[in-house]
Amino acid sequence: MMSRYVIRGARPLGGEARDLYVDGGELVEEAPAKADVIDADGLIALPGFVDLHTHLREPGREDAETVETGTRAAALGGFTAVHAMANTDPVADVAGVVEQVWRLGQEAGHCDVHPVGAVTVGLAGERLAELGAMADSAARVRVFSDDGNCVHDPLLMRRALEYVKAFDGVVAQHAQDPRLTESAQMNEGEWSATLGLAGWPAVAEEAIVARDCLLAAHVRSRVHFCHVSTAGSVELVRWAKAKGWNVTAEVTPHHLLLTDDLVASYDPVFKVNPPLRTNDDVVALRAALADGTIDAVATDHAPHALEDKETEFAAAAFGMTGLETALSVVATSMVETGLLDWAGVADRMSVRPAAIGRLTRQGQPLEPGAPANVVLVDPAARWTVDATLSASRSRNTPFAGRELAARVVATFLRGKATVLDGKAV
Amino acid sequence: MNRHLLSAGDLSRDDALLVLDTAADMDAALAGRSIKKLPTLRGRTVVNLFFEDSTRTRTSFEVAAKRLSADVINFSAKGSSVSKGESLKDTALTLEAMGSDAVVVRHSASGAPHRLANWIRGSVINAGDGTHEHPTQALLDAYTMRRRTGRVEGLQVAIVGDVLHSRVARSNVLLLYTLGAEVTIVAPPTLLPVGVTAWPCAVSYDLDAVLPKSDVVMMLRVQHERMHGGFFPTTREYSRRYGLDAERMATLPDDAIVMHPGPMNRGVEIAAEVADSVRSTIVEQVANGVSVRMAVLYLLLGGLIDVSGADEVAA
Repeated sequence: MMSRYVIRGARPLGGEARDLYVDGGELVEEAPAKADVIDADGLIALPGFVDLHTHLREPGREDAETVETGTRAAALGGFTAVHAMANTDPVADVAGVVEQVWRLGQEAGHCDVHPVGAVTVGLAGERLAELGAMADSAARVRVFSDDGNCVHDPLLMRRALEYVKAFDGVVAQHAQDPRLTESAQMNEGEWSATLGLAGWPAVAEEAIVARDCLLAAHVRSRVHFCHVSTAGSVELVRWAKAKGWNVTAEVTPHHLLLTDDLVASYDPVFKVNPPLRTNDDVVALRAALADGTIDAVATDHAPHALEDKETEFAAAAFGMTGLETALSVVATSMVETGLLDWAGVADRMSVRPAAIGRLTRQGQPLEPGAPANVVLVDPAARWTVDATLSASRSRNTPFAGRELAARVVATFLRGKATVLDGKAV
Repeated sequence: MNRHLLSAGDLSRDDALLVLDTAADMDAALAGRSIKKLPTLRGRTVVNLFFEDSTRTRTSFEVAAKRLSADVINFSAKGSSVSKGESLKDTALTLEAMGSDAVVVRHSASGAPHRLANWIRGSVINAGDGTHEHPTQALLDAYTMRRRTGRVEGLQVAIVGDVLHSRVARSNVLLLYTLGAEVTIVAPPTLLPVGVTAWPCAVSYDLDAVLPKSDVVMMLRVQHERMHGGFFPTTREYSRRYGLDAERMATLPDDAIVMHPGPMNRGVEIAAEVADSVRSTIVEQVANGVSVRMAVLYLLLGGLIDVSGADEVAA
């Protein structure tokens, strides 16, 4: 079912308004015959977003999310590709599991699903998983991560960084020194002192970031840092990039907007790993995303069943949903503040994450011949987040009740509308 | 007053003074009576919900509620917390269905009383949550200081020991600040939270320097698990640097008092001769705990009878 569209009067990357033509899954030069016309007056057209960091929970926790529900939420958030993290049950540490997730994504059809392979067997940090088999599988895995756990053994991390060079893979490190964060619940600082919650110090992230920059340089590989959350990590990544090392980093929307004082409610909706940090960290992260030190926004969409959040803070699961709010949080924290323009949003949410994941058919310019992966954004919209309206199977959004700027109106995946008028097709 | 007592920081100066004054009224109302009971909370139900063993705190609340003629239910939920068994929410809904007017909760997780307060219509009283707070302990400590020294405002108070893990320290720092005392917390740096600099108190690593100018010394219990947690090299070294022995006690001003929330580790943070000295208020703290908890229950449950004019009722 190949669709033809005339997208009338959209502003590509926030520039001059023009018409975009979609036919045969691609953007084309001429308006196709018998096309559906979409009035995009006042809307921004951007390449479909690419998420480097999504937890789809399938297989294993289908009560919290499935590939189907998670990718529908992703489409509603303007994503045309997501990287599904490996910490499922069973763990995505063999070709069979990544191929299963890949197939589920194809069947759902809301957006492309690129499984992330585990770096180590069972995420246990003890020995390498069959990275080559996953790379060679139908899922063509290029991003490997033990996300949720840090590959903390320095020798094992070195081997992983070296090994993935054979197939142009990348290790996406969850930077967290485990000994410095035993039973950690929130950012270590003034609020953890007051609330009596075990602290997660910034140094536990920064020590691993520093180490892995040095390791990546030494073995001439590339490393990607998941969800960097501290001003110190930003400085280290900036330093490594200045050295010319092949280091990339992502930041989550929630770390761009929320701070650790929210934990004072003891509401586990604000419990996330790495934790919400201080306002100084938020300022540094925004500046780093603006100047390109941080390459990408990645959601770390982490759906959890209600009973895993309706508990004591210490007993609750870490994580927040984020696919449907990502663009709006970026617009609120980066665009409305004048830190980033829409071309910048396209770069950080589509072009660069696609490049890091080696997705050649995503993050392309909105020009004839490119795959028609397009998102239309209403920059003037303001909306209040209602957790009950989420397409995700879970409700753990920290933005509930918040008014956010800008909204995804339509998403096209290879020319097929997955979202129109802000609703899933 | 708020409906709940979750943090000592929630109490305004007027609230805190009202609790202390009411506790004094309770003492006066019961003084010299053979039957220690007031009819104030007759027909009201107080649930002691204890997810952690604490015989002394539970008993103190139980005596307080019974002296006010409330019905008391002890709901021991030890072992049913957190990931195993019934969730905190289900426990809350169960208590709610039974019609409790107040829930006194002790829990190993910081913030558990805050969570409970979302699910319960009655009052929630924090009887100690994890490493967060223990507000009635701070109130009884302030009450004890006032009875012994005649004031709280302007007192120099040293709080000594494992501040990092102490709910007693957190509540005392907040309440004593509200009441105008000047607090210095004294601990090895490993037992202070990183964010302690934001607290309304002074910080010292040197007990000997602080003692000569202290009107009150409050010694905190060293939890057994901390002794082997790598926070200090040995228990003996801890005692040598941060324990209160007779020699150190002699450096205190003449009228200074020594407090301890109990249970004590004699010979670790406090020497036996100090615990048993005339400066020690440790036994008084226990007695005052009942009075203060009566005051808190009375004020939160909106007792309708003027305490000072209350008649004795048959037990």
